[in-house]
Amino acid sequence: MTAAVTTTKDGTAASTAGRAGTFMARRSALLPALAAVIILALLFAGAELFLRGDFITPRNLSALLLDNAYLLVLAVGMTFVILTSGIDLSVGSVMAFTGILGARLLAEGLPPAIAIPAMLIGGAAIGLVIGLLVQVFSVQPFIASLAGLFLARGLAFVVSLSSIKVEDSATLWLQTTRLRLGDWYITPTGIIALLAVAVAAFVLHYTRFGRTIYAVGGQEQSARLMGLNVARAKVMAYVISGFCGGLAGLILTAYSGAGYPRNGIGTELDAIAAVVIGGTLLSGGRGYVLGSMVGVFVYGTIKTIITFMGAEQSWMQIIVGTLLLVFIVIQRVIVARSGQKSP
Amino acid sequence: MPAEQSAPHVVQMRGITIRFPGVLALDRVDFTLRAGEVHSLMGENGAGKSTLIKALTGVYTIDGGTIEVSGEQRSFGSTADAQGAGISTVYQEVNLCANLTVGENVMLGHESRRGGAIDWRTTHSRASQHLANLGLDIDPRTALASHSIAIQQLVAISRAMVLESSVLILDEPTSSLDRGEVEQLFAVIRGLRDRGVAILFVSHFLDQVYEISDRITVLRNGQLVGEYGIDELPRDALVTAMIGRELDDLTALGTSAHREINRSGAPVVRAMGIGKRGVLEPADLEVFEGEVVGIAGLLGSGRTELVRLLYGADKPDAGSIFVKGEAAHLRTPRHAIERGISFSSEDRRAEGIIADLTVAENIMLGVQARKGWLHKVKAAERDELVAQYIEALGVRPANPGALAGNLSGGNQQKVLLARWLAMAPDLLVLDEPTRGIDVGAKADIQRKVSELSQKGLSVVFISSELEEVLRIAQRIAVMRDRHKIGEVAASDVNVDGLIDYIANAGEGSAA
Amino acid sequence: MRNIVRHRLFWPALALATLITVNSAARPQFLRVTMRDGELYGALIDILRNSAPLMLVALGMTIVIATRGIDLSVGAVMAVSGAVALTIIDGSSDPNGVGTVLIAVVTAIAVAMVLGVWNGLLVSVFGIQPIIATLVLMLAGRGAALLVTDGFITTVNSEPFAFIASGYLTVLPFAFFISVAAIASIAIVERRTALGMLTEAVGINPEASRLAGVRSRGIIWGAYVLSAVLAGIAGIIYASNIKAADANAAGLLIELYAILAVVLGGTSLQGGTFSLAGTVLGVLIIQTLNSTILFMGIPSAQSPVFFAVVVVVVVVIQSQKVRSWIRALGASGRNRRSAATTEVAS
Repeated sequence: MTAAVTTTKDGTAASTAGRAGTFMARRSALLPALAAVIILALLFAGAELFLRGDFITPRNLSALLLDNAYLLVLAVGMTFVILTSGIDLSVGSVMAFTGILGARLLAEGLPPAIAIPAMLIGGAAIGLVIGLLVQVFSVQPFIASLAGLFLARGLAFVVSLSSIKVEDSATLWLQTTRLRLGDWYITPTGIIALLAVAVAAFVLHYTRFGRTIYAVGGQEQSARLMGLNVARAKVMAYVISGFCGGLAGLILTAYSGAGYPRNGIGTELDAIAAVVIGGTLLSGGRGYVLGSMVGVFVYGTIKTIITFMGAEQSWMQIIVGTLLLVFIVIQRVIVARSGQKSP
Repeated sequence: MPAEQSAPHVVQMRGITIRFPGVLALDRVDFTLRAGEVHSLMGENGAGKSTLIKALTGVYTIDGGTIEVSGEQRSFGSTADAQGAGISTVYQEVNLCANLTVGENVMLGHESRRGGAIDWRTTHSRASQHLANLGLDIDPRTALASHSIAIQQLVAISRAMVLESSVLILDEPTSSLDRGEVEQLFAVIRGLRDRGVAILFVSHFLDQVYEISDRITVLRNGQLVGEYGIDELPRDALVTAMIGRELDDLTALGTSAHREINRSGAPVVRAMGIGKRGVLEPADLEVFEGEVVGIAGLLGSGRTELVRLLYGADKPDAGSIFVKGEAAHLRTPRHAIERGISFSSEDRRAEGIIADLTVAENIMLGVQARKGWLHKVKAAERDELVAQYIEALGVRPANPGALAGNLSGGNQQKVLLARWLAMAPDLLVLDEPTRGIDVGAKADIQRKVSELSQKGLSVVFISSELEEVLRIAQRIAVMRDRHKIGEVAASDVNVDGLIDYIANAGEGSAA
Repeated sequence: MRNIVRHRLFWPALALATLITVNSAARPQFLRVTMRDGELYGALIDILRNSAPLMLVALGMTIVIATRGIDLSVGAVMAVSGAVALTIIDGSSDPNGVGTVLIAVVTAIAVAMVLGVWNGLLVSVFGIQPIIATLVLMLAGRGAALLVTDGFITTVNSEPFAFIASGYLTVLPFAFFISVAAIASIAIVERRTALGMLTEAVGINPEASRLAGVRSRGIIWGAYVLSAVLAGIAGIIYASNIKAADANAAGLLIELYAILAVVLGGTSLQGGTFSLAGTVLGVLIIQTLNSTILFMGIPSAQSPVFFAVVVVVVVVIQSQKVRSWIRALGASGRNRRSAATTEVAS
């Protein structure tokens, strides 16, 4: 995002302090995202220290992307929704539903060319239902996406009560292929996740639709009075989140080699936590999709460290919960400070 | 350079009628806006100013009449329609997105694009250009929230210029600006006017209206009073036109202005220099036992702000308050209530009535809150108290179980009065207790206030209707432009004198 | 007749009656209650017994929602409370002693109360949005519960503890009496004291309440404490039922069902006037619907589809849009403006 890197207009004359001041005036919304980057760096440094230099290896870092690709995709969709000051509780269940749906279709002998679009469309359709409830019927996003959660989870079990193994070579190719560069590697699933981030960053920062998403989250009434298409932006945010749920379903199915209707219980909370830790404000209008990516890596790194240390996985929830609290407090301070000057 | 009478009519509204359930908000109102003029729309609350603006900006659809813009008959279904026809609005609460940059706010929805992507460099330089046209030299990449409200107003105006608007509506743009900022805004307005933009200006500050306007249209109770050139309408004529002279059904009540008040002891409440930056210049106020002190002044003059600070509803940053001679720190409404002060807000719906609770519950709310939740007022005691106030104030329907939200405005006001009286306060502060209610209820409330004050209750009474203030109060504090400009004894003035005082008294304001 | 239809409990009562009628018609044994060893058994009794945890949680949720809040952490609080109780019993030398069980139960409820104090602090003092404030505990609480049980599913064999969920007091299940006791004591506290009225006032119009001198902070705080305590008791019943503390499964999704029960009972999510009787009906509807779905041979895992449909229908019917459509049908277009003005005013 070149927009994030700006130079002062009168570069040479400005003192360092002046530069910092200008930077703050321009990019105060970056602060929480920067905090996430610092936390990620500290995590890396700490893990490297305690694990005797065994942590920051190309292998581990490559695995970080591979293991969290599905969460990254979910966080991308969630970022759109939270930027409009909404919330989408359905993503974990949508991922499970589309995952088992794809596995079932493949098991029935349908080609991936049909199964994969069906997964993506299925996810987007649930997102559309949520979006319409929110926009047309003024249902609170929390409740509307709760209905989406129930719907998708139930549908997952309607498709199949138990897990279905995926034998389709094209789907498994997404996971098994390793493009290597020395000790580094990346799978097609990882590429898909990074591509989702890149496309989302472009849409959010270089299209009018993306800017409308920010405007709606900042002040919906203002956005409407400015003549922007608020309704479309809000509905589309949920459709995008649902679509990402479908994409995550595909990635997870490839990753685990099976569809399982119990997948992703509570994953919506992980996605929300990652987005918030990545610096997107739950009140909407501020945040970056790249921040969400950092948030996912913070999440993944904590998980890896806990595994390395052989500690209880339950620490995971406590640490993520605590981090979430810390970031919410930081956000409140930021909002309160910027609120002093706004009406 | 005021526009000539012959200047082209950019907006021509004829016979505009808008009905809300039970209310005729606008009754066949005509309004004309010419190119290159600043035209002030004046009127007290409920006169129909904002309804007329909303009809012009497509927020409301009209029930009758016609709107012509640049000679073409139009009907707007949305603000986007109105913007498309060249009508832009800058509201009091800046309607921009504080989370975005200045440049984005100027250009939102009109960004320059190249190959499907927004070209930020061009977009920002165009924004810079538009800002520079208004004399603003600010970096468009800075966050909007990092700028003062005054700058944000100007950014909003820049945005209107991006839309190449021929009509700019400024709805109370100056209400949170200081003097220097107002000057800057006025310079911009004059520049736009000279370029032929038609400007509709709304403000409660008379000085500003006379400083900037070429023409004034006055509304009252949803009807057109008249359109005047700025030189044809002296201040007191304007105030009279806005307030009107009610045919006095209420004079039968008599007046208590001449009642003698014993001011020898300590006042029940004495505020010394209470004020808050940007809200109210430090002001003094004393109320003695059995005295009714009126506060007169136009809407936005600081009268509501003064009593809110007194009650602890807002926190003052200067001054001190003494209750019966003792220093009191009234930082929350609870503190004020404990000291025997009750306050009835002017905004009945948002700050008074609990719509989904019953009449009885609404009346008992204050008493119950003071007793705490554990000590519920006994049913018998409650029923008696409620019945007594329903009877004394004539609440209709006289049904304690009716939902308060279903009552008429006047009856809701009586319920609120009952809530505060039931707490047996020493000082009762009433902010516009009779606004928007029928004459009968108005008379009931005035009578009750007079009666209670004669029994020793101290009252602060705020009203836009000067006859009412003069009739009820013994002493009147006069406010203008967030200052208390003086006090008069009610027996020394009549309505015309008071209007003259509000309009002209004090230093340099008559300019 | 018109008054009956307009009564806020009419629709939930009708829904419950319909469900019961359909069930009775489809399977006559549904209504059959048999007496064995002086204790009653049958599908209806099961519904009363199994609904106890949801009933407690939904009652607390009702009060929280009345203050314009929401409590997402109830499931996690259930997990913590169950874990604490079972760990104490498991670690004691006398798991079958009534004293042990009492200490375990009281400690568990005390821990739940602390969690409620925490939630209330975040919401009423720090002013954090309720959804977010309780989300923190929702995430971290389950982890804490797992720590308490060392990551295992702690199981115990304790007669007195098992009695809580599966025992009988005279002819009816003990858990049913817990529900009734909770309903009665909350109803008495809310309606016999002024708490109910003040809670509604704060929920309907916070600013008017503040100006009238209502201590809204304490009222809101108390609502979260109550909700957590009730969730704590629910967690004990749940653990007693399966004779184990399963930190991952205890109270999973219960916050969602509780919110659904409150909404079904006619209490608006916007806060304000609440109906405990409505919530009780809502819980019974959910429990009966669950039983119906099971009876129909549909795997319980698929039941969320039905609940999703119920949620959608209820919220759409409650929405302003549909109401104004209905009104417009009645008064064909005359009310067009009132819909427009409310939109602008809000």
